[in-house]
Amino acid sequence: MGKVGVVMCPCELEGMTLFDPEVLVEGLKGRKDVLPLIHHQPVCSESGVEAIRAFMEGNGLDRVVMACSKPELFGPTFKKALRQWGLNPSLSGVLGIRPTAERKGSDDLQEALHVIEEGIDEIKRRKPAKGEKTPFVKRAMVIGGGITGITASIDLGNGGYEVLLVDRLPSIGGRMLQLSETFPTLDCAQCTLTPKTVETGQHPHIRLITYAEIESVSGEVGNFLVKIRRKAAYVDWEKCTGCGLCQEKCPSKVPSEFERGIGPGKAIYTLSPQAVPNKPVINPEVCRYFTEGKCRVCEKVCLTDAIDYAQEDTFIEERVGAIIVATGFDLYRKEDIGEYGYGDVPDVIDGLAFERLNSASGPTAGEIRRPSDGHIPKEVVFIQCVASRDPERYMPYCSRACCMYTAKHARLYKHKVHDGHAYIFYMDIRSMGKGYEEFIQQGMEEGILYLRGRVSRLFRDNGHVVVWGADTLTGKKVEIAADMVVLATAMIPSRGAKELAEKLHIGTDEYGFLTEAQCKLYPVESGVEGIYLAGCAQGPKDIADTVAQGNAAASKVQALFAQH
Amino acid sequence: MKIEISRGKVHNEFSQKVEEISGQNLFACYQCGNCTAGCPVSFAMDLGPHQVIRYSLLGLEKEVLECNTFWMCASCLQCTSRCPKGLDIARIMEAIRLVILRKKERLDHLEVAELSEEFLERVPQIALISGFRKFTS
Repeated sequence: MGKVGVVMCPCELEGMTLFDPEVLVEGLKGRKDVLPLIHHQPVCSESGVEAIRAFMEGNGLDRVVMACSKPELFGPTFKKALRQWGLNPSLSGVLGIRPTAERKGSDDLQEALHVIEEGIDEIKRRKPAKGEKTPFVKRAMVIGGGITGITASIDLGNGGYEVLLVDRLPSIGGRMLQLSETFPTLDCAQCTLTPKTVETGQHPHIRLITYAEIESVSGEVGNFLVKIRRKAAYVDWEKCTGCGLCQEKCPSKVPSEFERGIGPGKAIYTLSPQAVPNKPVINPEVCRYFTEGKCRVCEKVCLTDAIDYAQEDTFIEERVGAIIVATGFDLYRKEDIGEYGYGDVPDVIDGLAFERLNSASGPTAGEIRRPSDGHIPKEVVFIQCVASRDPERYMPYCSRACCMYTAKHARLYKHKVHDGHAYIFYMDIRSMGKGYEEFIQQGMEEGILYLRGRVSRLFRDNGHVVVWGADTLTGKKVEIAADMVVLATAMIPSRGAKELAEKLHIGTDEYGFLTEAQCKLYPVESGVEGIYLAGCAQGPKDIADTVAQGNAAASKVQALFAQH
Repeated sequence: MKIEISRGKVHNEFSQKVEEISGQNLFACYQCGNCTAGCPVSFAMDLGPHQVIRYSLLGLEKEVLECNTFWMCASCLQCTSRCPKGLDIARIMEAIRLVILRKKERLDHLEVAELSEEFLERVPQIALISGFRKFTS
């Protein structure tokens, strides 16, 4: 076996100079199996790339290790260049070395040398693929069937590529399906989304794999092998016609996660009457047959014999060339917020619950009625920045969509309850989208009272929720005896996003949001070639931004496929 | 310090009267403070014009009527010409003056006949006109 080339990038901007390349090379002097290259300009420059080519060609090298400070940025370009030069990128490694502490120390240097030596050994062990190269699979997988995943899937499908759309819920639509109306146009969310979900379901190039989770992922760009667990629905979807009789007759009434706990659901359910696919699943945790051993009503009423209590999880293996991760968000649990009553104060709900309350397909058919006694609330307090922008106790970041959706909530509330009063506690109003500021101003002029300050405490008193806040514009403490309180809680990554990221070998930040290769220039690329990110899985954002990212990720995948 | 906010208090009769007389929507105010920043007499005011608007919106009638802001206002219209929301702040000040003037129980009422001739000779005409307006209507 020939020597392994080692390229040290001397980038001065990103802290690489903290390790003098010459010192690093000195540290590798003992190894006879490496050939180092020191180029005195950053290797990502034109001359740098040319120098690597000359170095590889001149020395007849086919294996190379690159050490730089930002592997996620230069890595893909480097591998592409190797491919162009007729070399096998799988015999190359791009290593990230950067000082762990504030400034270089000898420990850091040793650590960096260790990383480089391990990288060299790893590349030496690699075997070039035998014979023909494995074919590049030009089909994509989209993980997450919310509006982002739907958007990306339709784009890719329209581009002529086969798409596998995986969602862990029984049907696609994601969070947007829970919304009543969307800002700034106040379009009905379902009316705008349903055509998209139907298009996805009927698209000749899109295959839905719902009620499924990713079990494991291996391989690399062009040839990922994904193992998917299809959860047992206890309903044979081949036989089921989606008539809905089973849901109608199911005797168990349980709080529904989709309805955010403010409305009942059934043990056998679909997420909405317009669900795509419109096939129900049984939740064995609440189903009477599974918990008590008797009932079987759904089985009795089913006209097509589709109920199958013995169904088990199944596993599917699929090969795809690229993956888009669009796993979306959850809301910070109000049960974890002490000052707002740990979720124990009745009539304190979160933003998504208000969406369900206001939704024509929701538990109150769109009438604003408070959960505790069904009365129409006449004074509603909306609180922004709940668990957001609170680095000491909760999340330090701004959740980006709450200013707008809170204004929307308050406006929709006033549209429905004409003699009602809406108060919004805010710290700042961030309305930087197109038409957003105008939307906020219109809400204010319609009589929503904005109070600038945080709410420090909520408690129940005589059927009211007493709100202790402040209005720093007047410098006064404010007390409101409200009928209902809506919390705009922080967006957090959806449950399991971190575990999924580990399976995909992509990074997450300290909160669990997926990290992009670079926030400005590579916003939808992950650190792994062929895996892309989009939507709220990458960070909080509103529908307009999330759709733009879905489009972007899909176009990245199409560009990737077009090269092969 | 503490204010209790409720449907009855916010945007109460007083707030609505100010809005009706001035023809301005108090809810529309940004609270940006441009009016106060540009006002040539705000240094002498108890509350800046933007604060008066905020207090009026919140229904804090007593606090508003007890401050000197709207009496200091010379209606130079600097605030009105610069308001980013197009509010006519000078009209709002005038409206608050009128709210007071229309209250009949005022104790500082002037009897014109009781003013001495010597005083009338000394006092500038404009002050007389203002004074009559403030204290006699």
